[in-house]
Amino acid sequence: MTELNTAMVEQYRNSFLQEVEANVEEGEWVKMCMQCGVCAGSCPLGNAWEHPPQEIFMMIRAGKREAVLSSDSMWMCTSCYNCIARCPRGLPITHIMHGLAHYAQRLGLVPKNQPTQKFAQKFWQNLNKKGRVNELKLGLSLYFMNGFGEGVKTSLKMKDIGLGMLKTKRMAVNEAFGGHGVKDLSGFQKIMKKAHELEDARIQKSGN
Amino acid sequence: MAKKEYSFYPGCSSQQGASSSNMQKSVETMCEELDVKINQIPDWNCCAASIGYGGGGELPRLTLSARNIALSEQHNTGQDIVATCAACWLATREAAERFHEDDGLMAETNQALAEAGLKLRNETPIRHMVEVLIEDIGYETIGGKVQRPLEGLKIAGYVGCQTNRPFGIAGESFENPMYLDKLVETLGADPVQNYDKKVQCCGGALAFSEPEKSQDMIKTIIESAYDSSADLIVTPCPVCQMNVEIYQDQINQRHNTKFKMPVVYYSQLMDVAFGRSAKDSALDQQVIKAGKLEEIANK
Amino acid sequence: MADEKKFAGYICTGCGIGERLDAGQLETIATRDGKMQSCKQHEMLCSQEGVKMIRDDIANEGVTHIMIAACSRRAKVEAFNFTDVAMSRANLREGVIWVRPDSDENRETTQEMADDYIRMAAAEVKFMIQPSGSREQELNKQILVVGGGITGMTAALESAAAGYPVHIVEKNAALGGHAAGYYKSIPTRSPYADPQDTGVKQMIADIEANDGITVHLNSMVAKTEGAPGRFNVEIATESGSSQSVSFGAIIQATGFKLYDPSALPQYAYDKSADIVTNEELEGLVMQAGGGPVKRPSDGKEVKSVAFVQNVGQNSTEENQLPYHSGIGDMIAIKQAMYFKELNGDCDTTILFDNLRTPGAAGEDFYRAGQQKMITFSKGAVTEVVPGSTLEVKFKDLILNDDATMQCDLVVLDVGMMPNTGPDPYAQLAVEEAEDEAEKEKARALLENAPPSILNLDYRQGTDLPHLKYGFTDSHFICFPYETRRTGIYAAGPTRRPMDMRQAADDAAGAAMKAIQAAENAGKGRAAHPRSGDLSFPSFRKEGCTQCKRCTVECPFGAINEDEKSYPMFNEARCRRCGTCMGACPVRVISFENYSVDTVGQQIKNVEVPEEWDEKPRILVLACENDAYPALDQAAMNGVEITQWARVIPIRCLGSISLSWVTDSLNNGYDGIVLMGCQKGDDYQCHFVKGSEMGLERMSKVGDTLQTLNLEPERVASYEVAITDIQRAPKLINDMAETVEKIGMSPFKF
Ligand code: SF4
Ligand code: SF4
Ligand code: SF4
Ligand code: SF4
Ligand code: SF4
Repeated sequence: MTELNTAMVEQYRNSFLQEVEANVEEGEWVKMCMQCGVCAGSCPLGNAWEHPPQEIFMMIRAGKREAVLSSDSMWMCTSCYNCIARCPRGLPITHIMHGLAHYAQRLGLVPKNQPTQKFAQKFWQNLNKKGRVNELKLGLSLYFMNGFGEGVKTSLKMKDIGLGMLKTKRMAVNEAFGGHGVKDLSGFQKIMKKAHELEDARIQKSGN
Repeated sequence: MAKKEYSFYPGCSSQQGASSSNMQKSVETMCEELDVKINQIPDWNCCAASIGYGGGGELPRLTLSARNIALSEQHNTGQDIVATCAACWLATREAAERFHEDDGLMAETNQALAEAGLKLRNETPIRHMVEVLIEDIGYETIGGKVQRPLEGLKIAGYVGCQTNRPFGIAGESFENPMYLDKLVETLGADPVQNYDKKVQCCGGALAFSEPEKSQDMIKTIIESAYDSSADLIVTPCPVCQMNVEIYQDQINQRHNTKFKMPVVYYSQLMDVAFGRSAKDSALDQQVIKAGKLEEIANK
Repeated sequence: MADEKKFAGYICTGCGIGERLDAGQLETIATRDGKMQSCKQHEMLCSQEGVKMIRDDIANEGVTHIMIAACSRRAKVEAFNFTDVAMSRANLREGVIWVRPDSDENRETTQEMADDYIRMAAAEVKFMIQPSGSREQELNKQILVVGGGITGMTAALESAAAGYPVHIVEKNAALGGHAAGYYKSIPTRSPYADPQDTGVKQMIADIEANDGITVHLNSMVAKTEGAPGRFNVEIATESGSSQSVSFGAIIQATGFKLYDPSALPQYAYDKSADIVTNEELEGLVMQAGGGPVKRPSDGKEVKSVAFVQNVGQNSTEENQLPYHSGIGDMIAIKQAMYFKELNGDCDTTILFDNLRTPGAAGEDFYRAGQQKMITFSKGAVTEVVPGSTLEVKFKDLILNDDATMQCDLVVLDVGMMPNTGPDPYAQLAVEEAEDEAEKEKARALLENAPPSILNLDYRQGTDLPHLKYGFTDSHFICFPYETRRTGIYAAGPTRRPMDMRQAADDAAGAAMKAIQAAENAGKGRAAHPRSGDLSFPSFRKEGCTQCKRCTVECPFGAINEDEKSYPMFNEARCRRCGTCMGACPVRVISFENYSVDTVGQQIKNVEVPEEWDEKPRILVLACENDAYPALDQAAMNGVEITQWARVIPIRCLGSISLSWVTDSLNNGYDGIVLMGCQKGDDYQCHFVKGSEMGLERMSKVGDTLQTLNLEPERVASYEVAITDIQRAPKLINDMAETVEKIGMSPFKF
């Protein structure tokens, strides 16, 4: 959605912080960070982040739009809520990370082949199809998300795990063909469609 | 004891043939024993857990939970919603709170729900099964039900992330919650003191997309239990249970370790202690057999 | 008081004393060795009945001197409060039975300890006179406040409200000080979210309307002489007229000046009118008169402003302030809010290194700033480039890269420096210098000294002594307003950097102290820390050699000199520390109830056993403010102290007389332990310099030891804190071990 991206750049030329406030889930909290670094030090994946949350917040305030939105840092969040529990300023850091990730995706700025982004996307599609998640399909589609060859390799690697789950009846082969779902599927899908429309409209408006 | 009733939200992974169907089984047994009736929310849907954020934005994601709460309010009127899955509980409760804080979101979600003739009143408490056990039933009652104390078992109580943060169990700390240890004690087993990975993240959401990173974290969780000579790990969280249990072989390969640490649910411990069979306790669904626990169950 | 002296001893057998000690023997010692004319025992001396027994003896038997052998002199002070007789206390409880184990093998040495304490207390009281108080001055309720800023105005209003008339001396043409030029101040009330009115106008109006306050504008203090209760102050106006007014006490509230950033070229302060200090910004905002703030160079409305924090502060570099003023970040938040209020959509960035917003109020204010979209960036500014648009180059300390921002106006956070007079000890050094070269050196130090503020006509210089960086000396925590000139209190930023609210609190505190000082002086009593003490030092003029030691060493500048260089004691200026007494080489200074004799006789009356008895004696002289309470506390906790120790409390280590040390060595004591308080910039001494003076004096004890051919380890001095409950006893016990190692003193006769 590069068009939206351009619109946003136009609209918030001066202040990336304002853009985040208006469009990112819980974004109005970013300005309240006091740069203590507790979140960065508490994140179990801290080492894997190019920019830990503290830094992301600083970058937003410093107007580093490109660097933030195309970063894969927020995709590293495992939603452990350590940072939220500890932030002395009470920032909903986890949600902001999710919000930034989603916003980046909406603007089409996520780095190519970001695995968590792909997984998140597949997960969403999977659940929207039937209203419930189908673990097996989700797993299979994941293994093949990097193409068929890679997929076979990955599934082979994961084969023992799958077997263990099958044996203990914690995975069912028939799931691949049908499986669970909500009964009122059309109602469910209507609700979701409407929710998407409403949210898209809100953000579209902000870009104008 | 009067029968207690709750509106139950099982979540995707508890479905038959899904990764934590063992939890579902053992929870059902546990509820039988405790005289608790759980009424599934009719036609519930997925909550999108924590990973739904990528595809779904704020409103679509929260609306998933709104639909569940609305259905519960419509069909299980007046009953607290109870979830056994940490992610389900968290997502649902978080959604409920956000709708309380933000009238705009509340209006929008009701606009969406109206498409299927639903309405969110958002008046229902969203609770975790552990809260029900501690607050509504109590350690004393639980202790009174124990027929086969789990004597001689040393158990590492692994609370994990989302049962513990950001909401947690009232009166417990984020850094060192004690309820799981108290429960283990109540059941006659020996809790590992100062289990230092008690609230470590297992990397749940990244298990698929960043397996190395998440497995590194899982390794520390198992290692620390081994170091304190635990016989098994107990957890309230299905994501934790699965992640810590099923990747041990891969970790062993990668790190040249020999882990074979059983990981069970609190409900399974309770079932066995309450005198139920290994099958009722879903011990047959362990990928890594919980040998010592099964022994007690088969006594 | 009756002319005839009558001595009575009282021995308490309560608190286990009777069980542990042979009271009969103590009584015998008191009458036989201690020469008490009577001696009574009581099983609980502090009870109403016990106290009544003593009172009856005073009333009916004409007893004038009493020796109480019971608990520590720090216990039961309310019960044993006999203002009409001289009194000494033998510490049998904390000093003996509580520090010694209750066992057969120790019984003899424990009794010997108690016997000695009876002898010591009896000897002490014989040389005491119940003091009757200084009659040097009368009550003068008038308070002088020097400085008419927030601090001075608050002090004046508080004193006047308490019924003490005030004169304010202000060097400028109007009251209000710095704050009069401020647009608004940091909020002092919840929710701490917006700058608030400074309140200066209201204060000035209140002062003008107050009959109890006289204001002298365009005025200075030309001369101050006298003492608390009788300060004579010459107030001179710019126009040349002057008048003399007398005061009971003085408050110096002379405030601060600001660091000049011209010394730091990287900020280009001199290169652009649009680079201003935080104080100058207040002027710009005032000029704007409630409209948008314009920049000085071209009158353009400011659309972006950068606050550069911590300029020339907290630095080890030359020409910068070694300390941080602590309030600059709060000021920056306040001023950034001005722009949010007056300049519409103005970008405000605060470039900080460490943001200091202390207290709950500070945190709330910081959050309020963030809510208002002030940008806070952790960045170290390296350069400000002047131009029509200013450029601020900084290192972003979070993102670790070099960044640049453009703005219309730069505000520099400069630190506060005290407005104090010249350091009196620098002045004294000139006079004390031994030769011309040294004198020259001392003079050079005074070259850039500011003009005097108080013009004290004191032996020890014209102004309040400094502690560090030119701020007035006072104990930061324990007695913040007490300066080293009795009856003169410092308040506000002249004491340490602070904001308006703190300055107002400070002023109220200092006003209360000034009122106390005036009242105490009126009653002839000491001020802090021996508040209420009626004794004062007197000297025997015939013996005095005019050596000047006392006039130079007094930490409080209490002693002037007459034309012949004889000391002139100003009793109301004296804090009763005894430093002069310890300093006097010919021992002619004494107090009625504390003298070279009251301690010296205690030392002499300890029974020193023969060398072959192998019972050493260790003399402990312990400061009564910290070391002695620490020992009492140790006793309460059951910490053991060697049976050879004999502890004498002293007013201050500064009062220690070299003669006590030489006498005890000559009398066959085997070891001496001296305990005073911590000295130096972070002193804990109640008399500021007393312990330093004492320790300095004792550093020369080596010569004495050498002439006596004794081991230097026999005398040890320590800085002891009131919290040293384990350490203080250990230091004494260590000395016992040392004596055991090096052997007994050969001076036992
Ligand atoms: S813990 Fe909170 S305040 Fe501290 S750096 Fe992280 S987000 Fe900012
Ligand atoms: S919730 Fe996300 S950002 Fe916060 S500590 Fe956990 S992984 Fe890090
Ligand atoms: S407190 Fe002192 S005076 Fe009272 S009984 Fe005890 S030792 Fe005696
Ligand atoms: S040295 Fe102490 S006792 Fe002596 S005059 Fe000065 S303050 Fe008073
Ligand atoms: S120290 Fe003693 S001898 Fe010297 S001037 Fe003072 S009183 Fe006189």
